[in-house]
Amino acid sequence: MTTHEYDTVAEDLTVTDPYGASVDDDTEGARVFTVSGGDWNDLVDEATALHEERIVVNMGPQHPSTHGVLRLILELDGETVTEARAGIGYLHTGIEKNMEFRTWTQGVTFCTRMDYLTPMFQEAAYCLSVERLLGIEDRIPERASIIRVMMMELTRVNSHLVALGTGGMEMGATTVMTVGFRERERILRVFEAITGLRMNNAYIRPGGVAQDVPHGAVDMVREVIAELRTGLGELEKLLNENPLLKGRTVGVGYLDLTGCIALGVTGPVLRSTGLPHDLRKATPYCGYETYDFEVVTRTGCDAYDRLRIRIDEMYESLKIVEQCLERLQRTDGQPVMVEDKKIAWPAQLSVGGDGQGNSLDHIREIMGTSMEALIHHFKLVTEGFRVPPGQAYVAVESAKGELGCHTVSDGGTRPYRAHFRDPSFNNLQATAAMCEGSQVADVIVAVASIDPVMGGVDR
Amino acid sequence: MSDAKDPKHLESGEGAPVPDKALDTAATRTDDDPRSSDTAQHTGGGRVVELAGADSEPVQIGERRGMFGATRGQDTTGYGGLVTPTLLPGASPRPYGGYYDEVADLLGTALEAGPGLGAAVEKVVVDRGEMTVFVRREHLLEVARVLRDHPGLRFEMCMGASGVHYPGETGRELHVVYPLLSITHGSRRVRLEVTCPDDDAHVPSLVSIWPGNDWHERETWDMFGIEFDGHPALTRILMPDDWPGHPQRKDYPLGGIPVEYKGGTVPPPDQRRAYS
Repeated sequence: MTTHEYDTVAEDLTVTDPYGASVDDDTEGARVFTVSGGDWNDLVDEATALHEERIVVNMGPQHPSTHGVLRLILELDGETVTEARAGIGYLHTGIEKNMEFRTWTQGVTFCTRMDYLTPMFQEAAYCLSVERLLGIEDRIPERASIIRVMMMELTRVNSHLVALGTGGMEMGATTVMTVGFRERERILRVFEAITGLRMNNAYIRPGGVAQDVPHGAVDMVREVIAELRTGLGELEKLLNENPLLKGRTVGVGYLDLTGCIALGVTGPVLRSTGLPHDLRKATPYCGYETYDFEVVTRTGCDAYDRLRIRIDEMYESLKIVEQCLERLQRTDGQPVMVEDKKIAWPAQLSVGGDGQGNSLDHIREIMGTSMEALIHHFKLVTEGFRVPPGQAYVAVESAKGELGCHTVSDGGTRPYRAHFRDPSFNNLQATAAMCEGSQVADVIVAVASIDPVMGGVDR
Repeated sequence: MSDAKDPKHLESGEGAPVPDKALDTAATRTDDDPRSSDTAQHTGGGRVVELAGADSEPVQIGERRGMFGATRGQDTTGYGGLVTPTLLPGASPRPYGGYYDEVADLLGTALEAGPGLGAAVEKVVVDRGEMTVFVRREHLLEVARVLRDHPGLRFEMCMGASGVHYPGETGRELHVVYPLLSITHGSRRVRLEVTCPDDDAHVPSLVSIWPGNDWHERETWDMFGIEFDGHPALTRILMPDDWPGHPQRKDYPLGGIPVEYKGGTVPPPDQRRAYS
């Protein structure tokens, strides 16, 4: 299609599209203030001098406390928010469309970048749904599932630490932020040791995981757990009974069970209403039914309880990671990828003496002895495997709620459609219900208690 | 299946080496024989589709030709004549297995007061352990309300909406998929699927039943151009407000990349040579 035709389409759309964008500028005739710091009261004085009762404040998309590029449109009556709307889409990168032009395995590399704080959950949800399409769900090696669970739980701790850290910083508690990020750094170091990357790991692959954990990883994780426990204790001392924090968060961002169910809200926000809904217990995947852990609930329905739930969930996650370590030691040397040679890549990479990540045995085989092995390797990596036609929806309990992956295959080597139901995207809809009627300052706390990550919201 | 029974393999290029038919059976084939994956596609992923009526025929959404994606020039692969229909699973016969039978029975009795199961539900597909209820769009609201409110069903949460565009399925090009979750009944899941033709892309909005579908339907409109009738404010959500077109549709034009070498360009991804 040429550019010219494309322009014609554009013109037609603006004419016939009843829902198309309007070019009307609603602010015409109204006084516009641009605020970048300073005393809020000065602005209020200036605005009241206009004798206008309705003030619309456009917060973001570049405000530091809006978790990336979230835009909040607040209608104010004095300090009270009468209407709150969230505007999103500033970080839309077309990941779902991109995935349609890459192989099923390469899809992992894309979806890991959606919610950049919970890469493992996207990878796991995507891989589980591809595995369901392939019909190999019960052929995933045990060790691969153990590694997946361990990585997901470390990711949950990682995400919750950032949620608390940034949430604390938004309320002015810088120490909470520094402690949170310091502890998170330990987890990122573990990720780097195991996957080679701190974020955007692309570690979980359809059929298993990319690599076995390296030598010494179990001991490293065990050490990190002990350090994390200490750090979490520090955070608890800073937060749990802090009168300033309680003053800012108790009763703020209230959303009860009815509201959560109606808006499809899941995760810590739903559990703060007392409903113990956790997909790890409700519909276990990756063998979660065999791990010993509790679903943390509280009944305050507010930002404070969500924060406490996150702290307690981190302890539960560390409990699961410890159980994973025992199992990893028991299953040492077992495969981490499905046996099917049509899906699994032919060799586990290993860092050789030259510092390159190649398996020398495998290179010797494909270059020296077996042309067919070389062809197979080349075809599997460039073309990929075929997935029988059909669709699947698999949901995992991400740090933020239900992360669902809907994949459709047309029998080809690439996803026909991959859609992610990101918990942040859904939960952010609750902004209005949580914020309307509260103070401007409470909006920040309420949004922080949802813990949205715009990379996941906009995809 | 031998080559004699499947004429499609006979078309696969003149002069291609014909295997010895006496020795070539499914049992003697190796795993990396391309025909084994081909067989899997004919039967919808290795499952045996039981025939219970016309509806249980698999749905053809397109076809792929050849094996290696090279469509220009001479067919040097010998697979150029191979035509593989892309078949999505058709309606499943009873029993569906698990709680799906109970859900279907309850849905049937609850719908008797309204349009009736036969009128509202097109077909039920159980594939890979997941149940998909194809609902006719004019009855979507009734079915959704029953699924949410009936005490035996209680699908109180709708996990969003996902659009899929099948340009090859004439008259039903656009699909919307709604995954439902019932926490009350121990995290039961079913999926609703609604179709609409491309030239009348209208589906009733479910926001009045599951308010959380608000943004999901906006996203599906934004990405696929499906208009959700009754949605309170169907505006773009991910793309800029003045964006033309709906990017996730298969016919959406993709841009190529100009290369600074003698006016060369990298063609758009959908026009590049790719494995079919």
